[in-house]
Amino acid sequence: MIDNTITTLETAKKLGLLEEEFEKIKIILGRIPNFTELSIFSVMWSEHCSYKNSITWLKKLPKDSPRMLAKAGEENAGLVDIGDGLACSFKIESHNHPSALEPYQGAATGVGGINRDIFTMGARPIALLNSLRFGNLKLDKTKWLIKGVVKGIGDYGNAFGIPTVGGEVYFDDCYNVNPLVNAFSAGIVAIGKTASATSYGVGNPVFIVGSATGKDGIHGAAFASKDISEDSVNDLPAVQVGDPFQEKLLLEATLEIIGKGSVIGIQDMGAAGIICSTSEMSAKGEHGMDIWLDKVPTRQANMKPFEILLSESQERMLIVVEKGKEKEIQAIFDKWDLNCAQIGVVTDTKRLHFYMNNELAADVPAIDLVLGGGAPVYQREYTEPAYYKEFKKFDLNSIDTTQDYKAIASFLLKQPNIASKRWIYEQYDSMVGTANTNTNSPSDASIVNVKGTDKSIVITVDCNSRYVNADPEEGCAIAVAEAARNIVCSGGEPVAITNCLNFGNPYNPEVYWQFVGAIKGMKKACEKFSTPVTGGNVSFYNQSSYEGPVFPTPTIGMLGLMDDPTNRMTMNFKKEGDLIYLIGESKNDISSSEYLYGYLGIKASTSPFFDLDKEFDVQNTVAEIIKKKLIASAHDISEGGLFVTLAESAMASKLGFEITTDKNFRKDAYLFGEAQSRVVVSISAEMQTEFEKILQDRNTPFSKLGSVVACDFIIDGEKFSNTNESALAYNNVLHELLEQ
Amino acid sequence: MKFGVIVFPGSNCDEDLYYVLKHHMQQEVVKLWHKDRDLQNCDFIFLPGGFSYGDYLRSGAIARFSPIMENVFNHAEKGGFVMGICNGFQILTEAHLLPGALLHNDNRKFICKNVFLKAEHNHSLITSKLDLQKAYQIPIAHGEGRFYADNNTLQELNANGQILFRYCDAQGNVSEASNANGSLQNIAGVCNKSKNVFGMMPHPERAADTLLSNTDGRALFQSIIEMVEA
Repeated sequence: MIDNTITTLETAKKLGLLEEEFEKIKIILGRIPNFTELSIFSVMWSEHCSYKNSITWLKKLPKDSPRMLAKAGEENAGLVDIGDGLACSFKIESHNHPSALEPYQGAATGVGGINRDIFTMGARPIALLNSLRFGNLKLDKTKWLIKGVVKGIGDYGNAFGIPTVGGEVYFDDCYNVNPLVNAFSAGIVAIGKTASATSYGVGNPVFIVGSATGKDGIHGAAFASKDISEDSVNDLPAVQVGDPFQEKLLLEATLEIIGKGSVIGIQDMGAAGIICSTSEMSAKGEHGMDIWLDKVPTRQANMKPFEILLSESQERMLIVVEKGKEKEIQAIFDKWDLNCAQIGVVTDTKRLHFYMNNELAADVPAIDLVLGGGAPVYQREYTEPAYYKEFKKFDLNSIDTTQDYKAIASFLLKQPNIASKRWIYEQYDSMVGTANTNTNSPSDASIVNVKGTDKSIVITVDCNSRYVNADPEEGCAIAVAEAARNIVCSGGEPVAITNCLNFGNPYNPEVYWQFVGAIKGMKKACEKFSTPVTGGNVSFYNQSSYEGPVFPTPTIGMLGLMDDPTNRMTMNFKKEGDLIYLIGESKNDISSSEYLYGYLGIKASTSPFFDLDKEFDVQNTVAEIIKKKLIASAHDISEGGLFVTLAESAMASKLGFEITTDKNFRKDAYLFGEAQSRVVVSISAEMQTEFEKILQDRNTPFSKLGSVVACDFIIDGEKFSNTNESALAYNNVLHELLEQ
Repeated sequence: MKFGVIVFPGSNCDEDLYYVLKHHMQQEVVKLWHKDRDLQNCDFIFLPGGFSYGDYLRSGAIARFSPIMENVFNHAEKGGFVMGICNGFQILTEAHLLPGALLHNDNRKFICKNVFLKAEHNHSLITSKLDLQKAYQIPIAHGEGRFYADNNTLQELNANGQILFRYCDAQGNVSEASNANGSLQNIAGVCNKSKNVFGMMPHPERAADTLLSNTDGRALFQSIIEMVEA
């Protein structure tokens, strides 16, 4: 029996809707919604699905380039022309809230979800990245979270059979309650063989394929649209459960049916399940659907219409095929032993009619549910927080210039934010697919070969959220610049980005000010590097009721391209006697550095020095000297400053370095400052003249630091440490913290 | 020589193995679907890595019942060549075509990294052309790869020359420190008594492409091809 109880404002509020939204629903329907319909609006108009508090600003981001094959937000993932008739589909997405409650399943289903977004496009995923934020590693809760998240990502990706080729992990107290788990996937598809998230053609059958539908994840999208609190544990059923084996079968079956050419439209079921796929596909194709919910394969008996509609059970797809192709789709899914059930037909009504045993359970217009249609759009107020001006007041001269440099160096190599992430990445299969070059020869970005061509995609995820917190606009521009720098230092050309915007509660004007600043910074940097935004994900409400919002964390996932494999550049020193150069300008700047924040414990300072034009020049110069085959290694300067960059290039080859510092700068700033737009390169001695001439001709600032030596770190004639000892400490920090 | 690579549901190294055999080793190779029974006249059958049937019960425990396995048994019984890599090795031990069992790694975690292997002897198809002094760098990627067998079996394996590879360090020393996962006697690969069925946990197909900066794995495939053609 259908529950046609008339709903009230009180029920609407319980489902997370505002009073004005309840009024708007009544106007759209011309009547008071029943509970099923109200549930539908509550998830579709949740922040997670509707972007109602962010879309106004997201629209300001650059979206165009000749390579773009899909407009941001119009398909399940971005689609970029990479030449030779191929396209790369890529996207990043958050799974923060489920991971905070149930780290293993939360992270696993994050990996599952992002991959479905890629293969729904018809693309075969070839590489995964992830960007993780955790709290203080000394806390037992943090250890529990990181162990669960890493195992979740590993178990899912490893079994699914797509390599995890890189990522980033940061620790800060601001993530103690609310960790961030952002998963990135990239896939390859032949242009013309892609699929679209649409639905049209009256009478065409609508299929649900893959796993059966259970009660897991109901109201998951709504759960992700509020703060984490003590009551969040009651939302545990909102966390979904992943099955990578089903996902692997679904991948193969989906690509097989798309390859047949009879698919009208396809969309994976992520947030808000069946209701999201049916409404978004119908709205895009300007048609309607009649859906018979009793035909949906379920895991348990007597599921109610709203439960079937909102379930976020994983590893499912909605597919509309041409009428007459029912047997074709059935045969393919039978081959892969997967469910495949026709649950409805396409209509010309532009409305969604959901029936349960021939009784109408809900009747809603598709367009009014979705972003760009009837979903609400809000302009949020924002105000500059007091801390911003305080942070700007930081004065370098307040820091004593006489420091124990050796102690700082040793401290930094063991800082979890800097130390090797080996404990994590060895749990991920980085080599399946035999296309990831980074396991054996590391670069600043990950280089993954596109088999059957000479091309590689060069990909990275980056965001130093401490910089963004200190100055959202500059910090977010730095995140884009660092991503581009990593790609350039690996021999690639930056092409486009996807973003995962992790912020606190948007109704807090100071949080929203951070969001607006980050968008402005992203816009100017993306315009500079000609890397448009192809899509991504907004995750608000990353805050707890008692610890406040996390640092604003707009993670940038950047796609680069490398057409010529001989341009591949690695970050490790190659041989004793090679000369070491710094490209870019040294600065008397230690703002927001690990040295200032972690070692000296000074939390209030602005973002490090950054100049977008100078950054662009440095990157173009590095690109040119790589193409001219003048350098042996390139590694950008980031957390820990020049010293850590040199140490990492040395440790990766079990070599050492001997350098002299520049007396025009404070020694602490010179060695440990994190001023941007700097790259350390090493060159064979015979290249010196040509190398220096090109840099002079280009007017790019550079300086000779010293040379590569056998096995010690030597600065101004003083031995700081031995490579083996440093590597031992650097490699084992996470293991020691997590296994004891 | 015709190679066949079986595709089980959940196999994920089938394409990598196929690619190496076809493009790097220039061999005739076909994929065999687990629901079929026809081995398509292949001389050498590979069971690839992956997570067949999700490995939810026990690695390889369900795949051994796939329809195609009946003819894999027949092929092996008649002296035909069969080799399992990683999950394929697990399936062959579950199927009792190879001795021993593969248990959870001693650190209870999935491990993906480069390790070194030393061939035990030259008296098998796989190791025939290998340099016994060389430490071959071949990656592992598994959660259940700790080789285990009872004492009697271990003695037999040693006595019959059924041990193919042991984990070693870069200098070729077989030691506790170089044991990647806690395998008994550092065992990384074995064969059956008649030396026509082989299994190893490390992935030689992941070390066969110059673009990946490691081609140590090619020597294993080369051994197979040269011996059969000789």
